Amino acid sequence: MARVGVFVCHCGSNIAGTVDCAAVASAARDMPGVVYASDYKYMCSEPGQKLIQDKVAAEDLDRVVVASCSPRMHEPTFRRAVAAAGVNPYRMEMANLREHCSWVHGDKPVATAKAVELVGMLVAKARRDEALRPGRAELTKRLLVIGGGIAGIQAALDVANAGYEVTLVERTPTIGGKMAMLDKTFPTLDCSACILTPLMVDVSRHPKIRLMTSAEVEEVHGFVGNFEVVLRQKARYVDHSTCNGCGTCWGKCPVKDVPSEFDQGVGTRTAIYLPFPQAIPNKPVIDAARCRTMAYREAQARQAGEQGLSPEEAAKLRPVGADGRKMPPCGICEKLCATGAIRFDDEDALVKERFGAIVVANGYDLFMLDGSHDEHLAPVDRKPYYGEYGYGRYPDVITALQLERLMNASGPTLGEVVRPSDGRHPRTVAFIACVGSRDVKVGRPYCSKICCMYTAKQAIMLKEHDPRVETFVFYMDLRAGGRSYDEFTRRAQEAFGAQYVRGRVSRVYRRGGRYVVQGYDALLGRPVEIEADLVVLANGTTSARGAVELAQKLGISYDGYGFVNEAHVKLRPVETNTAGIYLAGCAAGPKDIPDTVAQASAAAAKVAGLFARPFIETEPTISEVLEQRCVACHVCEEVCPYGAVTFVEVKGGRVAAQVNPAVCRGCGLCAAGCRGRAIVLHGFNDQQILAEVESLFARSAPLRPPPREPEPLVAGRETTHA
Amino acid sequence: MTAYAYYPGCTLHGTAIEYGLSTQAVCRALGVELRELDDWNCCGASSAHAVNPWLAHGLVARNMRLAGATGLDALAIPCAACFARFKATQQALQDPETAAGIEEVAGGPVPRDLEVAPLLAVLTEPGLLGKLEAAVVRPLAGLEIAPYYGCLLTRPAEVAGFDDPEDPQSLDRLLRTLGADVVTWPGKTACCGSSLALSRTEVVLDLSHRLIAWAEEAGANAIATACPMCHSNLDMRQAQMRRAGLGSHAMPVYYFTELVGVALGIGHAELGLSRHVVDVRSLVERVPAGARS
Repeated sequence: MARVGVFVCHCGSNIAGTVDCAAVASAARDMPGVVYASDYKYMCSEPGQKLIQDKVAAEDLDRVVVASCSPRMHEPTFRRAVAAAGVNPYRMEMANLREHCSWVHGDKPVATAKAVELVGMLVAKARRDEALRPGRAELTKRLLVIGGGIAGIQAALDVANAGYEVTLVERTPTIGGKMAMLDKTFPTLDCSACILTPLMVDVSRHPKIRLMTSAEVEEVHGFVGNFEVVLRQKARYVDHSTCNGCGTCWGKCPVKDVPSEFDQGVGTRTAIYLPFPQAIPNKPVIDAARCRTMAYREAQARQAGEQGLSPEEAAKLRPVGADGRKMPPCGICEKLCATGAIRFDDEDALVKERFGAIVVANGYDLFMLDGSHDEHLAPVDRKPYYGEYGYGRYPDVITALQLERLMNASGPTLGEVVRPSDGRHPRTVAFIACVGSRDVKVGRPYCSKICCMYTAKQAIMLKEHDPRVETFVFYMDLRAGGRSYDEFTRRAQEAFGAQYVRGRVSRVYRRGGRYVVQGYDALLGRPVEIEADLVVLANGTTSARGAVELAQKLGISYDGYGFVNEAHVKLRPVETNTAGIYLAGCAAGPKDIPDTVAQASAAAAKVAGLFARPFIETEPTISEVLEQRCVACHVCEEVCPYGAVTFVEVKGGRVAAQVNPAVCRGCGLCAAGCRGRAIVLHGFNDQQILAEVESLFARSAPLRPPPREPEPLVAGRETTHA
Repeated sequence: MTAYAYYPGCTLHGTAIEYGLSTQAVCRALGVELRELDDWNCCGASSAHAVNPWLAHGLVARNMRLAGATGLDALAIPCAACFARFKATQQALQDPETAAGIEEVAGGPVPRDLEVAPLLAVLTEPGLLGKLEAAVVRPLAGLEIAPYYGCLLTRPAEVAGFDDPEDPQSLDRLLRTLGADVVTWPGKTACCGSSLALSRTEVVLDLSHRLIAWAEEAGANAIATACPMCHSNLDMRQAQMRRAGLGSHAMPVYYFTELVGVALGIGHAELGLSRHVVDVRSLVERVPAGARS
C-alpha cells in the first residue's frame, strides 16, 4: 500500500491569504492512502524541506504531495528534497494551490474547497506513481551563438575560452552590431571602436570559434545537448577563402550611391562593399540588388528566355535596361580582382550542424517612424508614427543613431557634425526623448532604457565637437539608474550646458532654414518654442527584425513585443524555458552595454556548466510502446511533433512502433492518439490520469465550501465569563 | 446610393450657411443621400456641457433618438463642435448608470450602435475618395492650401476616434485628390480660440492671427477648414487683426466642401461662395478650367 504524505505550503500569505491551509491539511488526512499531512509557512525553505524529509523517515512515506506553487517553479527543488530522503523523485507530485487557486480566487471558503480537490487529485495520482529513473543522452559540446553584436561576441569568446567549440552566426556581412556604429559609450565616454574592435578580431582569430557572417538560422530541431540546426549561408558573391581584402574592388565599383546600412543612410556605399573599414571579416560582399553585373546577367537570362535564344546566343545578347538603352556589362571588380575571388554565380548554401546549446543574442532594432518595425502587420497596413516631428520630410530631423554616425571619426563625414540638408555646422540642436518609448499610442508602453543616457552623451559630445553648440533636451523623466549614470546626466547639464526642458514636443516645422520645435515646459507650465538647426530623435528600441520568426523556429516563448521571455525573470534571467537555449542582451528587452555584456558572460557560464557534464540526463516521463499491442497504424508517427516514432520489426516478423527516448519530449500526443492503448506515457499513464478525474468527480458536491468553524470568541472574554 | 442621417447643426443654417449649401451640393453630386433629422435641436456645444452635464447629454441624446428613428445606421455631422458633443455623449453612454440617467432625460432609449461620422470622414471614406477622383472636372492646380483640422475633430483621440490626433491626414488626402498642393504647416491642429470669441476676444485674435501667419509663412494661398467655429474666427476677424496691429492679412478661408464643389464644377452660387468676408471667388476663378493633366 502506498503511504502518502501531504505538505501544504502557505507561501507566506500568497496561498494562506486565500486558502485555509490548515483545513486543507486536515481534509487531506482523510484521503485514501494519506498517512500524514501538515502545513507550513514556506515549504521550499530549509526548515520546510527538512520537515518533508523528517516525516518521510518517521512515517515511512513512499509518496509525497507538495501543495504549493506551480511545478514550473519548484518541482526540481522538491524532487531533490524527497530523493535525498530516499523517495523516488517521480513519486513526488505538486498540487498548484497558488497560480491555479489562491491567486485567481478571492472567496476563501470556495478557494479552500478547490484546494482540497486539487490535493485530492494529486494524492490519487501519487498513489499510482511508478518509480522512474532518468535516461542518458549524448551531449554535443558545441555552442551556436545567434547574433554577432557585443552580446554574441562576448558569449562566444567566453565559451571558446573555456575550451568548447563555438559557431557564431551573424546575418549581416560583419559582426559588431549596433555597438560598432557608436562613437563613444556612456558614462565613461570611452571610444566604442577601441573597446569593441579588438574583441571582434579575437573572434575572427580564435581557434575554437567558427564565424559565419551573412548567415541565418533556417531550422532548429532536437533538444538540449542534441540540437540539429540548419544554417543558411547567404550568397556573398565573393570567395572569402581567396579574397585578401585589398580593397581594389570597392574602390573601383561604379555604383557609389547606395545608402549605407551601417551609416544609417547618412552615408553611401558601393555595390561591392565592406560595411565599415574595421569590419570583421574584413572582406567585401556584393549587394546583388544593386550590382550592375548581376542586373546585366539577370536581364540577359530573362530577355534571352523571352526571345527563345539558345545558350550560345543568350551569352552574346546585350540586354536592354528599363530606360530602353543597352545595359553596361560592368564586371569591373571581377577584372580587377588579383586573387580571382569574385563569384557572380554564388548561391545560398544550407549546412546542417549539431549543437549542444544555443545562445540567442539577436539584439534589437530601432523604433522606426515609418512604421517599418511593425513586422506583425502587412506592409500596406503599416502606418507612420509621429508625423508631427517631420522625420522623413525634413532632412535635418535625424535619429540619434544617424547623429552617432555623423559624430563618428570613421563615419561618412569623418566626425564632422553637419546638417544633411546643407552640410553646415549646426549651432542649436534639439533632442526629443522617448520617441517610441513609454507611449501607449504607438504601441510601445515600455521604457527603452538607453535613450536618456545616450542623449546626455550626445549632448556632451556635441559640445566637445564644437563649444559654440547649444543643446536642448525635451524629456519626460530622466531615467539614469546605474553606477555613475545620474552623475553623467547631471554633468551634461552642469558642465556642458545642455538645457533640459521637461515636456513633450508637439510639433516640428521649418522656418527659413531652421526648425521650430514647439513643446510644452511642464515645469514652467507654459508652451516653449526653440529654433534649432538640427533635431535629433531619441528612437526607442524594438525587438530585432525577424525576432518572432526566430523564436518560433527555436520553440522559445516571447512577449507581445517580440522580446524573448526569460525562464524566470529574477532567478533565471539568461535561460529560456527550453533547456539548452540561453539568451543574452537585448533579445530579452532593452539593455545597455554593461548589462548586455554581463548577461552574455552569465549565459556563457551556464553553457560551460552544461558542457562540463559528461552526458545529458533525460526525463523519464516519456512514451513507451507496448509492442505486443501495437497494430502499426502509424497514427503516433503522424501526431508526433518531434519525429520520435519509428517502426521496427519485432518478434514474429510483425512491425511495431518504437519511441526514441532521446528524442521524445513526453508531450503525450501519441499516447492520446493510440487507438489500441499501446502507448504508455510514463508519469502520466491512463490509470494516473483517470484516478485524478475520478477523485475530482467522486465528491458529491464539487466546490462545496467546508463547514465554517464558529467564529472564535475574543480571547480572554471566555475566561472572564467562565 | 449611400444614405446618412444628417444633423446640420445651427451654424449651417446661419453663419455657416455656405458650409450647408456646399455640403448639400457636393453630396448630391457624389450620390451621397443626406436625410436631415426631423425636428432636430441644438447640440448644446460651447455652453451646455459647462452648465449641466444632463442638459448637455440630453440635448445630444434627443437628436440621437431622432437619428435612430430614421432607420439609418450612420449619422453625418459637418460641424466639428457638434461632432465632439455627439462623441462625448456616445462615450458617456458606455457607462450603464450614466446611460440610464441620459435616457431618462431624453425620454426614451438612445441607440447605441449609431455610427457618428464627421462629414470629413464621410467624404474621405476610401470608396468615395476614388469616386471623387474620377468626378473631378476642374482640378485645383496651382492652389497651395493649408489643411486646417482644428482641435475638436480629432481630439480627445480616445473620444473622437478619427484620424491621427497629432498629424491628421484625411483632409490632406482629400485636397490632393482635388489636385491642390497641400502645404506643410504647423497649424494643422492648433486652436483658433474657438468659444473664447465672445469672452476673451483678444485671445482669439492672437491665436487666429498666428494660424493665418503660419499659413502665409508656409506659402499657402488659402486655408481649408472643416469647422464653422474655426471658419468664423479665421474669416471674419482679419480686419480686426489689422486694427489690433497684428498684421494685414487677406487669406481666403474655405470650407473643404466648397473646394470639393469647385473641383466638381459646381457653380459658385450653388456653393455659396459669395458668403465669405474675405473673398474666396477670385482665387478659384484663377484655376484653369479643363481636364486633369
